Formats: sequence, C-alpha cells, structure tokens
Amino acid sequence: MERVILHCDANSYYASVECLYTPQIRDKPVAVSGSVEARHGIILTRNALARRCGVKTGEAIWQAKEKCPELVCVPPDFPLYVRFSEKMRRIYAQYSPRVEAFGLDESWIDVSGAGVTFADGVRIADEIRCRIREELGITVSVGVANNKILAKLGSDMKKPDAVTALPPDGFREMIFDLPVQDLLFVGPATARKLARLGVTTIGALARCDAGVLHSLLGKNGPLLRAYANGEDRTPVMPLTHRRCIQSVGNSTTPPHDLRTPDDARCVLFLLAESVAARLRESGLHARCVSVSARTTELITRSHQCTLARPTNLTGEIAGAATALFAERFAHGFPYRSAGLSCTMLTADDEPIQLDFMGDETRRMRAERLENAIDGLRARYGHQIVQRGTVLLDRGYARINPVEEHTIHPVNMYAG
Amino acid sequence: MSALRRNPQKIYVKVRADHMPDGSTRPLMFRSEDGPAVRIDRVTDVREAPSLKAGGQGVRYTCLVQGRTLYLFHDEPYWFVED
Repeated sequence: MERVILHCDANSYYASVECLYTPQIRDKPVAVSGSVEARHGIILTRNALARRCGVKTGEAIWQAKEKCPELVCVPPDFPLYVRFSEKMRRIYAQYSPRVEAFGLDESWIDVSGAGVTFADGVRIADEIRCRIREELGITVSVGVANNKILAKLGSDMKKPDAVTALPPDGFREMIFDLPVQDLLFVGPATARKLARLGVTTIGALARCDAGVLHSLLGKNGPLLRAYANGEDRTPVMPLTHRRCIQSVGNSTTPPHDLRTPDDARCVLFLLAESVAARLRESGLHARCVSVSARTTELITRSHQCTLARPTNLTGEIAGAATALFAERFAHGFPYRSAGLSCTMLTADDEPIQLDFMGDETRRMRAERLENAIDGLRARYGHQIVQRGTVLLDRGYARINPVEEHTIHPVNMYAG
Repeated sequence: MSALRRNPQKIYVKVRADHMPDGSTRPLMFRSEDGPAVRIDRVTDVREAPSLKAGGQGVRYTCLVQGRTLYLFHDEPYWFVED
C-alpha cells in the first residue's frame, strides 16, 4: 500500500495567534518575545510584516527594533497556544487517527488507507488548509509525500497558506537543488561538515558515497543520504501512542546570573523539583543525573554522574546535582543558565536492591512527603509550596519550572 | 484568563442556553455586564470560525435579534459578541 503522509506547519504560529486574538495589532509588524526583565528578551517568532523588515527569530529585541522601530513586541501566552494547537489537532484527527505532533505548531498526518491515492492526499491537504483558515483564522503550509521527511520538507517550500506535493516519481527534480540544511536533522554543524566535502545541496548529499558519509558523520551519514533520496519508513505515531521516554530534563535562565555556589544550589533545587515531579508523574526512576551550565560567554558544558540506586526523589536528585556542580563547575562562575536532566530511566515499580546500611524509613517518609506536595501543587498551583532554599532569592522564587518549560517537539525516533 | 485581558473592547457576555440531549447548545439570550438582556429570536448557523472584529475564535452562532444579524462566539470557556 502506498503511504500518503501530510505535514502541516502553522505559519508564524505564535504571532498568528496573537494577531488573531488582538485585532488592533493585526496590520502591524508583530513579534512574540520573551521578557527583557527576566533576560529572555529574544524574538520567539514574528509575523510576515516583521519578517519583511528583516526581523529574525532568535535575535535580541533591541536588534529587531533597530531594523523595525515600529515592531510590536508581545509576551508569549503559552496556555493560549497550547489550547489553539489542540483545536488544530481536532481538525487533523477528523482525517486520520494517526496524527503525530512535532511541537505545538507542526503535525504529521498519515492518511494512507485502502484506495487512498497520492492525489487523494493532495486533495485532503488542500481541504485541511482551507478549513484551518476558515474555521480557525490562521494559515498552515502543508507538504504531501510518501514519508515524513519529504512531507516536512514540502511544508517548508511554499508559505503561507499553501500545499506542496512531492510525488514519489517527481520529488527529485523539486528538491535536489535545495540547500542541504533544508533537510530535517541537518543542522548548522552537520552542514559545515558536509560543505567540507563539497556537499551543499540535497542532490549532492543523495549522490554522495555512503561510506564517505559514514566516516564523516557516523551512522547518521548514510541515514541522511537515505533521507535525501526520499527513503524513510518512520511511522507516524498516533495521538494515543505512549512514548518511550529516554530522559527527563529542564533548564532555566534565571533573572540574574548564578554568581555563588548558593545561587547554583537554589536553581538546581528548583530544577530538581520539576524533574523529580515529572519522573513521578510518568512512573519512572532515574539512575543518572546530568548537570549543564552556560557561561556568560554562552559556552555550555555538561557533566553527569551515576547514582547508587534509581530514584525520583527531589532531595536525592538535587543532592547529586549540587555535588556534581561543586566538583565540576566551581571555578567557572558566573553562569548565565543551568540545566538538569535525568537518564537511565526504569519503571518505578521495578524491584530495586535496598541498602542494608541505609535508612529506608527516612526514604519512604521523603517519598510520602513529595507525593503530598505533588498533590497540593496539582490542586493549587506550583507556587503553593516552596523550599526554603529557593525562597532565599526572590528572583528565583518567582520561576515556575513546571508550567513554563514543558513545550518541546517530540523526538521523531521515540517509541 | 489571558484571553480576557487581551482586548478591552471585546464584549464578554453572560449566556442563557439550552443544552440539548445530543450534546449541542442552543443559546436563548445573552447579557453584557451593564447591558439589558437580549433575546435571540433565531440561530441561523452554527460553525467554528474566527472573530475578525473582536479577535478570537470559537463556535460561532449566527443570531437574529430583532431583525438584525449578530455573531455570538463560544471560545471555551468564554462567550462574546461580535456586532
């Protein structure tokens, strides 16, 4: 059976939703940006008018305003974007149960089925595009192909409010002249390496020798070559598919730099609380804790350590993280941001070796206490209970690590 | 709550409606905070749509009120009117 995959990408998603909900700014150049006071003052997304003025995603607000003085900067409203994203997915789900989200604004839809031809896929794509515009008031670009990689590439080719079909017998002529960075998973570092071989287009990558690519990029080399040739069998994960979680992590750029070990301890506790809560929510234990920190020169370093036993307790994760930080990061202050992640995950009902010399009663009490705190936070919000360590700094105490940092594209290889 | 703060000109209303056994909703009358109750004579169309004047999106009820057509939107959990 021929596969027919659509990739729908909402155009300038955050900015489009902002303009939809605030008609006064609809005809102005608009950018959604982080808060300057909280030091997240970069452009997250911008509308077409702002793009025409040269405003780029990821640049600082002041840089954007230099290019476009009349730029309207609005703060992000993530709960609204999440709610609106669900509305889009409700429409997608009317065409197939196999819908896989890739962040809030992108989704793959597998519309393959008995008797569904490629032409049917293009017709469905066009219907979805019209419905999103007429029912939701924003626009999407849709790519149609026989696999996820090409469908994603197609959705980037014509914007806004357009359908691009990459048919199995004609996609080569359409994509081979495109820059190699347009291919999913070819980032700046990979593109630089490929450029050393003279590979700058998707066509050149498709024709490149697999052995040479393997020696340059490891196992990803031949994989990217297969993608360039339109070969990808990755399934579209349905909405109900429970993903196999590989790691649970969180990072934050606090309102001021981390200048002392106490600052670091405070932020690591905050992050550990959110990570441990998510581990408990997912029914997981972690065996490995990794800490990363970014210097004020924007250089990131990370180190990890293995725990004596798997855990999902805040105290144990934060303890390991602060010890690791003291050992490995003590000489690099100040730091601009810090991150904490847990890997080597196991189910929390798997048998574990208890420690004869350890204090199991104390551990069980800690577990009951953390479950109680989770319950309170679920009912009254994250800030209802806070650790004394965190309250030592008012700036840090305002950070809500759980609700503000949970929007990530899902790994395509998950499951 | 963010949607409420977004546009001060948007008229949010209190709605009285019939909730039908098939799950559908039939609005009967609405009232803004300081205005009189407005009776809806007939709902001529129901569909998902954006509100281009007031800003927002939701289930749009095209309502006939004393010979005039206006749109009543349900952008869960809020109701608002576009005149």
